[in-house]
Amino acid sequence: MNDRKHPKSPEGPPPRRPKGPALDPQIQRVIGQQLRRMHDEVVKEGIPDRFAELLKRLDKRDR
Amino acid sequence: MSGKTSIREEMLAAVPKLRAFAISLSGNVDRADDLVQETLLKALANIDSFKPGTNMPAWLFTILRNLFISEYRKRKREVEDGEGHYAASLVSPPEQIGKLELQEFRTALVKLPPEQREALILIGASGFSYEETAKICGCAVGTIKSRVNRARTHLAAILSVDSADYLATGTSTQAIAAGNRR
Repeated sequence: MNDRKHPKSPEGPPPRRPKGPALDPQIQRVIGQQLRRMHDEVVKEGIPDRFAELLKRLDKRDR
Repeated sequence: MSGKTSIREEMLAAVPKLRAFAISLSGNVDRADDLVQETLLKALANIDSFKPGTNMPAWLFTILRNLFISEYRKRKREVEDGEGHYAASLVSPPEQIGKLELQEFRTALVKLPPEQREALILIGASGFSYEETAKICGCAVGTIKSRVNRARTHLAAILSVDSADYLATGTSTQAIAAGNRR
């Protein structure tokens, strides 16, 4: 019980849901981890050339 | 150095996170990159409405989000058809470990209603607060909270229906459990 950390939830423990299974903290953790993994994978790719070039082109046009 | 240049540098710096959001949101790399490009052009066209010193990423996310939602409404059917195309259009394949689970996860994510999906991604991946997310999506903080909760429940249901052993045997599950024990 005390080893699981809930993110701050001002409304106290989540209410019981009328339908579907209760959301296992394990599942919550997996969802959080997968979301961040998808995110990090893309961020690692940095800035694709097309965007750097786009802004450079617009910069030149303005000078 | 003109102020315009530094604003553009700020915009460029936000591109990786914008893309990550757009890819998770649309489930398709090519569409996501088009969305990012449209966002940048729209932002530049409306640069006067941006107040220097305020949150540039949040401003860009708002533009991208609005573009996505209006496009989604216009082309609902095509978006639903987009589910299966993700893997094929992936630029860099995910790491070997957990590859399968991540693909299942992506497919499941695209099945969520867009309002739930965007809230979950902004909070769970992009790192925005509930307040910032509410501003980006143009609704109340309480609405975002309930959308995130519904998104999680929904996603858990899709994942456990689609693959009974997803959570029981997933490498990532074990890795997280191990990490949690430390």
